[in-house]
Formats: sequence, structure tokens, C-alpha cells
Amino acid sequence: MEKRITTPLTKDKIKDLKAGDSVLLSGVIYTARDAAHKRLVDLIDNGEELPIDVKDAVVYYVGPTPAKPGMALGSAGPTTSYRMDAYTPKLLDKGLKGMIGKGLRSQEVVDSMVKNGAVYFAAIGGAAALIGKCVKKAEIVTYEDLGSEAIRRLEVEDLPIVVVIDSEGNNLYKQGQNAYLESVK
Amino acid sequence: MKEINVSEITMTIKKLCMDANYYLSDDIRNQLLKAKEKETWDIAKGVLDKILINADIASNEKMPMCQDTGMTCVFIEIGQDVHIVGGNLEEAINKGVAEGYEEGFLRKSVVKDPIDRVNTKDNTPAVIYYDIVSGDKLKITVAPKGFGSENMSQIKMLKPSDGLKGVKEFILKVVKEAGPNPCPPIVVGVGIGGTFDRAATIAKKAVIRPTAQPNANPFYANLEKELVEEINKLGIGPQGFGGRTTALAVNIETYPTHIAGLPVAVNINCHATRHAEAEL
Repeated sequence: MEKRITTPLTKDKIKDLKAGDSVLLSGVIYTARDAAHKRLVDLIDNGEELPIDVKDAVVYYVGPTPAKPGMALGSAGPTTSYRMDAYTPKLLDKGLKGMIGKGLRSQEVVDSMVKNGAVYFAAIGGAAALIGKCVKKAEIVTYEDLGSEAIRRLEVEDLPIVVVIDSEGNNLYKQGQNAYLESVK
Repeated sequence: MKEINVSEITMTIKKLCMDANYYLSDDIRNQLLKAKEKETWDIAKGVLDKILINADIASNEKMPMCQDTGMTCVFIEIGQDVHIVGGNLEEAINKGVAEGYEEGFLRKSVVKDPIDRVNTKDNTPAVIYYDIVSGDKLKITVAPKGFGSENMSQIKMLKPSDGLKGVKEFILKVVKEAGPNPCPPIVVGVGIGGTFDRAATIAKKAVIRPTAQPNANPFYANLEKELVEEINKLGIGPQGFGGRTTALAVNIETYPTHIAGLPVAVNINCHATRHAEAEL
């Protein structure tokens, strides 16, 4: 059973999301990966305003392919999340509530997620054409010079994702693998 | 002496860049279908289904299967009776990459300097390997390599006394540490022997060998089979959500090595393991 969720990710919605849940996400999300994260955290460190409102927002770690004519965006699967780990706690402290990527997170990120009540989702790595189709509208917000790595505002419809780490720190990567191994014992 | 004009090479590379990114190979598709049949875990089956649906969308709409359209690895086998005319071969290859990535709506993911990190904006330069072989043909293989999986690759200079046991342990350790990061189910390319650099090169060449075609040496063919089984007991599963299907295949290549050494390189590939080839 998939849970349908619409952004912003308010407290009541987050409470309902548990590691292992399949989710269809709709609404506005922002893209940011390595270079954009560095710039955002530099702004935070200098006490400057962020170019996007991260409160209750969801950030998607993605560097999409160029859109073909008539399409909102090209292929848009998740990139590996651990490269953003060094920057993530500072964004969570600013009110960011959701992250979409793939792969492991550091303990510091998980601790900060629990402290701030945030959720980490995985999209299917490599299912980028399928995911790209869920993007109905895309526009660059800032950092256009970064090309694919620019921060984009996406309007998505039924983006298929899975809760990997919930706001209590439960982790599907551990639970799912253990449960499978138990099942074949 | 057969003459091949560089313009023909540019055109071929351009097409192969697009083909490799749009079309999942039959070899890998068959492995995914087989894996789905053997998979017992529901969430894992669901992921394998979505990967196959994604491949259909990509090929039908000529869209990249993955947004990371990779650093472009190009393998050239030049027959020694071929004479390349009309310009510089390396420039022709990079021109093909630049045109393929621009016209194919592929992502440009290459930075000019590893520290300074300014994007070259046309995905060049490619990483090119040349082999001189017999005959009068020129064989080109384009393998776009995404870095989600490339970053999970490792090399180790084992001691001869570590032996086969050490080799197996190292391969399993690399796969375990990679976990969900390289987009499992993965294809594992292993290079054993040679020097530091040769082990890495043959590991990379190992993954462009069709997975249905085992190593020609029965000892290594058995080792490939044994390692896939061991890896698929780890429970990592598709995308790391748990399940049987962690690896689709292990491909091993070997090379003679020094009396004092046992280099092992493990090059991890994602479930698409993209490559396309042509012969001129």
C-alpha cells in the first residue's frame, strides 16, 4: 500500500511515515546536490538568507539530464546521498524536513534527523526516466551557472519513493536486510 | 592497409553515446528478468519491476535510463592493418562524445580539474583505452560510467600468501561496504593480477564482457559463479532495501603478475551496466 503525501512536510505528516513505507509524493520540491549544498551552507555560515525557504521543505539530490522539447525535465533519478552528509545537519537545523536520495547516511545526519524530526527517502537509483515523468514543472531558482547542479523548483506528481530513515531513526537499510535474511534462514 | 576516416569514427562514437544511455542491453535485461523470477522478497520484486519499466520508457522515448550519463569510457581496438586518416584520432573521439552528449540531451558531468571543478560543458574528455590487435577492423565500445557505482570501487595490493581466500574476502568486503550506494543489483568487474594499473584496467574491461559469457578458464568461470552466490546471500537486495538480488553477475579477468604481488581491483557497476559497440 502506498501512502499519498503532499508537500510541505508538516509534523503530522512526518509522524505517519515509517521506515519501509512506500510513498507517492506530490507538490513542490527543490533540487540540490554537491555544489549547491556547499553554497547553501556557506550562506548559513555567513549568516546570510537562503535563496529557498527550507522550512518544512523537501530537497531532492538530483542532477537531471537536459529536458527534450516539450518536456518539463529530462531523466531525474537520485544521486548518492552521503556526499551531502557534511552539509545536511545545518539545513535540518534551518527547518528542512525531507530529503530524497539513495544510499547510506552518516550517524551525524541520522542524529540530526531525530533531533529535528525529519525523514530521509530513497528514490530508485537508475529509474530516472520513470521518475522524470513525475515532474510536471521545473524552473531554475538559482545557481544557473552550475548547469545540471543548479537549484530547481520542481512540481511533482506521485513521485515513487520509499521511507528509508524515519523521524525516530529507524532504518530500512538495516531492517529490510535483516528481515530478508531472517526469512531465508 | 584499410583507411578509416576520422569523421566516420566521430559519427559512430556520437551514436554509441546515445545508444548506450537509451537502450538497456539484452544481456542485462535477461539477467534482470531471471533475477525477478528467483526473487522471494516483495519490495525487491517491486524494485526490479520498476527498473524494467524504466528501461522500457527510456528506449521508447529515447531518454537516458539514468540521469548520470556518466564519464564516457571508450575502448578502441585498432587492427594493425588500419590506417586512420583525415585528422587526429583522439580529437575525433572527443568530438563524437561532445556531439553525442549535446544532441542526445545527455548530462554533462565532467569537470576540467579535479580540485578546481569547473564543468567542461560537453562531457569531454573521454577516458580512452587503445589496444592494437590483428586485422583491418576498428572496434569501438562506449561505456558511460556513472559515479554512484564508480565511487564504490576499490583496489588492493594483496600478498601472494593471501591467495584465493584473500581475493574472495576482498571482493565480498567491497560489495558489503558499497551496500545500497551503487544502485544494486550490481555487476561486479574484477581484475586479478598484472600491476596496480593493469588490475584496474582489466576490472573495467571485465564488466563490458556479456554477463552470460563466463570466463574462458573453467577455474575462473566457477569462481564467478561462486561469488555471485555468496554476494546474493548478503541480503542487501535491489537498492539495498533487502532481498536476494544484490548482484546480477561477477565478471573476472586476470593477467600474469609479479612473484611478489597479487593485485585485485573491484569495479562496481550499477544495474544498467551501460555499453554499446560497433565495428568499422
